[in-house]
Amino acid sequence: MAAIEILGLEKTYMVGFWRKRPKRALQPLHLTVEEGEIFGFLGPNGAGKTTTLKMLMGLVFPTAGTARILGHEWSDPEVKAQIGFLPEQPYFYDYLTAHELLEYYAQLSGVPGKERKRRVEEVLQRAGLTDIKGVQLRKFSKGMLQRAGIAQAILHNPKLVFFDEPMSGLDPLGRREVRDLMEQLKQEGKTVFFSTHILSDAEALCDRVAIIYKGELRGVGAVADLTSTVQGKVEVIWQGTRIPASMKALGAECHVTGDTVRAVLPENQQDAAIDSLRRERIRLIAITPLRTSLEAYFVEKLQHSQTTAGKIS
Amino acid sequence: MSLRMIYIASNTFREAVRDRVLYNLIAFALLLSGAAVFVGQISIDIERLVVINLGLTAVSLFGIVIAIFIGIGLVSKEIEKRTLYTVLSRPVRRWEFIVGKFLGLAGTLVVNTFFMAIGVFGALLYVSHKFSAADALILVALYFIILEFLIICSLALFFSSFSSPLLSAVFAFSLFVIGSFADDLRGFAALTHGVTRWFATAAAYLVPNFSALNVISAVAHQQPLAGRLILQNSLYALFYTAMALSSAVLIFERRNLK
Amino acid sequence: MTATRRTTTIAFVCLALSMVACVFLLRHMDQIGPQATIEDALYINSPRMIKRASLGFEGVMACIYWTRTVQYFGHRHFNAAHTYNELAPLLEITTALDPQLLPAYQFGASFLAPAPPNGAGEPERAIQLMEYGIKNNPSNWQLYYDLGFVYYTEVKDYKKASQIFAQGSKVPNAHPVMKVLAAQMAEHAGEFSTARLLWSATYDSSRDPDIRKSALEHLRAIRVDEDVTHLQSAVTVFGKRNGRLPSSIGELALAAHLPGIPADPDGHPYRLTPEGHVEVENPDDFKFLTKGMPPGYKPPALPQLHVEHNQ
Repeated sequence: MAAIEILGLEKTYMVGFWRKRPKRALQPLHLTVEEGEIFGFLGPNGAGKTTTLKMLMGLVFPTAGTARILGHEWSDPEVKAQIGFLPEQPYFYDYLTAHELLEYYAQLSGVPGKERKRRVEEVLQRAGLTDIKGVQLRKFSKGMLQRAGIAQAILHNPKLVFFDEPMSGLDPLGRREVRDLMEQLKQEGKTVFFSTHILSDAEALCDRVAIIYKGELRGVGAVADLTSTVQGKVEVIWQGTRIPASMKALGAECHVTGDTVRAVLPENQQDAAIDSLRRERIRLIAITPLRTSLEAYFVEKLQHSQTTAGKIS
Repeated sequence: MSLRMIYIASNTFREAVRDRVLYNLIAFALLLSGAAVFVGQISIDIERLVVINLGLTAVSLFGIVIAIFIGIGLVSKEIEKRTLYTVLSRPVRRWEFIVGKFLGLAGTLVVNTFFMAIGVFGALLYVSHKFSAADALILVALYFIILEFLIICSLALFFSSFSSPLLSAVFAFSLFVIGSFADDLRGFAALTHGVTRWFATAAAYLVPNFSALNVISAVAHQQPLAGRLILQNSLYALFYTAMALSSAVLIFERRNLK
Repeated sequence: MTATRRTTTIAFVCLALSMVACVFLLRHMDQIGPQATIEDALYINSPRMIKRASLGFEGVMACIYWTRTVQYFGHRHFNAAHTYNELAPLLEITTALDPQLLPAYQFGASFLAPAPPNGAGEPERAIQLMEYGIKNNPSNWQLYYDLGFVYYTEVKDYKKASQIFAQGSKVPNAHPVMKVLAAQMAEHAGEFSTARLLWSATYDSSRDPDIRKSALEHLRAIRVDEDVTHLQSAVTVFGKRNGRLPSSIGELALAAHLPGIPADPDGHPYRLTPEGHVEVENPDDFKFLTKGMPPGYKPPALPQLHVEHNQ
C-alpha cells in the first residue's frame, strides 16, 4: 500500500486588495510515496513544499485535488493518529515545560493514560533532550525547540512521519543525530517524508526524491537514477603553472593563479586527473567536489522550463 | 464525546493561570475589603447595599474584562503563533478545538468567580455581622453573572475565529455595552417602520440580552426572583452560547491557516 | 470531505435552532414584561445620580429613558393599571438628562396629571415638570401651552390657565391660538367651545400617537356632551311647550326642527328614555363622557377597543 498518494492537489491563492488576482502556489501535483521509504521533497524556499505539507495536514484547503494517506482519505481525522508532523520552525506553548507539552500532545493523540509518561520520557531521550525537567519552553534554544518538535512528531509511534526542514536550527552534531534518527525510523518500518532545501542531507538519506520549483514538480525518482543522468564536478588544484596535455584532453577548464593552477572537470574524470598529475610529477594541492550529483541534477531541473510530470516507479 | 475537548479545556485553563490572570483576585480583594472597612466605619445604614452592589458589580466587570481579553486571543493567537499546527495534525477535530477553548475559558471564569464570591460573602459578614436568608439571592445573582460570562466568552471566541485581537476586543466590548440596553433596543425597534424596522428588530434580537441578566440592584434590595425567570435566562444563555459557538465552528472549519 | 461536511451540517442546524430559540425566549420574556421579574421600581430615583453615572453620555441616556417612559406607560395603560408610580421619576430623569427633550414635557402634561387609569394622577408634579421645562427652554411657547393645559384640564384653575396662555402668547413665534386660548379661558372657561379649541390644538400640535388618541377621545366626548346638552334643553323646551315629554327622539327632532335624527359621532342615534333623559347608545365607546350616560353607569374596567371612524 502506498503511504501517501497525492492526486492532483492544487492551491491557488487570491491576492490583492480585492482578492481578485490569483496566485498559484501549487500546480496540480501527482506523487506517490511508498511505505517504508525515506522520501525527500526538495526545492528552494517558496517552491510550494510547505503548502503541500499543510494541505496534507488539513491546515490549508486545496483548491482542487485530493490525497490518500495510509489508504484513508486525507481529511479523515482518525488517520492523524497514525501520522506525525514536525512543522518548519515549530512554535509551542511557551508557558509549558517540555514534559507538559508532550503529555498534552500524547493526550490529544490518544496515547493511553498509563503509557503516556513512559513514552514521553522515551521520545525525549531519543530526541536528545535531557535535563530539561521544569524548564519552560520559552527558555529553550532554537536547537532544543527543534528537538522538542521531533519528539512530539514521533511521540505516539506513528506509521508515517512528516518533517518540514528537520535540520534547521541544529548544529552539525544535531544534524547527524537527526539523520540517524530517520534511519532508525526506517528500520522500524516507518515511512518518512521530509522536505528540505539542503541537498546533501537528501542525498545521504533518501530512497527517492521529488523536486519542486515554483509550485511545479520538476522531477521524481530514486537518487541513484536521477544522479546517473548528470555529472558532478570537481576542482583540482596543483602546484606550478604547467597544464599537462592529458589534463586538457580530459576536458578540464584551467586557470592559472599565481603559482597554482585551478582546473574544473567532471567527477568521473577525477582518477584520471590524479594519474595525469602523478605521471607529470606535478604536486597535487587539493581536490574539492564543487557540486554533488544531486545538486547538479537539481540545478539542471530548475533551469529547465519544461515540467517533468508523473511518477517513476 | 471524546476527552480531547476536556484536555484542550484544561490546557486553556492552565494557560490562563500561568498568564497570571488569577492575580486580578488580589485587586478585587483589595477593592472589596477597602470598601467594606470604609463603609463599616462610617455606618450610613446602607452597608449591605454598598457591599453587595459594589461586590457584584466588580465581579461582573472584572470577569467581563478577563473574558474579553483572554477570549479574543484564544484562536487568533494560536494561528498567529502557529502553535495550532502541531495540535491540528493530531486527531483533534477543529470543532473540538473551539469548544475545548470555550470550556477552558468558561472554567477559568467560574473558578475566578468562586473566589470572588467568597470575598463578597466575607465582606458582607464583616459589615452585617451575620447572614440572612435573603443573602442566598446573592448566589442567584452570581449565577446570572456566570451566564453573562458564558455569553461573552462565546462571543469573544466567535470574533477570535476570524478577526484580529484588537477588532475582536472592540466588537465584544461594544456588544457588551449594547447588550446591557437590549430591552431598550427592542423597544426602539418596535417604534420604527418599514425596512428600518426589519433591520432594527433583527439587530435588537441578535444582541445579547444582558439587561435581563443584570439583577444586581434587585438582589441588593432583596427582591425575590421568579423561578421562571431563572429558567428562561438559563435557557437563553445556553442557546445564545450555542449560537455563537456554532458560528465560530462554521468559520473556523473553513479557515486556511497561514 | 465528509467529516467536514458533517460538522458543517450539524453546526448549521445548531446555529439555526439556537437562533430561533433565542428569539422565541426573548419574545416570551418581553410579553411577560416587568411582572415576571421584579417590581418595576427604579432603584436610582435621583436624576442627579443618574446624570453622574452617565459619564457624559447624557444624550443617549435621555433617549433610553424616554423610550422606557413611553413603553412603561403604554404597557400599563394597555392593562388599565391603577398606579403609575414610576412615570414621574422617569420623566424627571429624562428631562434632567436632557432638558431640551420637548416631547417628554408634553407627555407629562398629558399623562402625569389625569387620574388613573388614564394617567398617574399627579398634577402637581406635572406642573413642576412644565415649570422646569419652561425654565430651561424659555423661547418655547409649547411648554406654556402644556402648562396651561394642565391647569385647565386637571386643576381646573381657569384664571391661572388664562394667565399662562397669555404669557405663552408673548413668546416670539408663538402660535396665534395661544392668544385665543388666553381670551377664551378668561371669559368662557367652562364652555364646550373652549374645551374643543384646547383639545383640537393638542391634537394638531402633537406627534405622539398616544396623546393624539387621547385628544381625539376627548373631542368625541365633548361632541356627545354638547349634543346631549342641547338635546336635553330641547326636551325641556318641548316639555314646557307641550306639557309632556316627547314620545321618541324622532318627535323631538321634528319639533326642534333638526335636519334629521340626531346621531352620535359613531352614527348611532341618541336615545330618549321615558323619563326624558337623552342618552347615548353605547356609552362604553366614549371615554371622558360627562353627560348622556344612563343612571348608575360605571365605565368599564378595561378600555374598550375603539374603532376609528372618519372624522
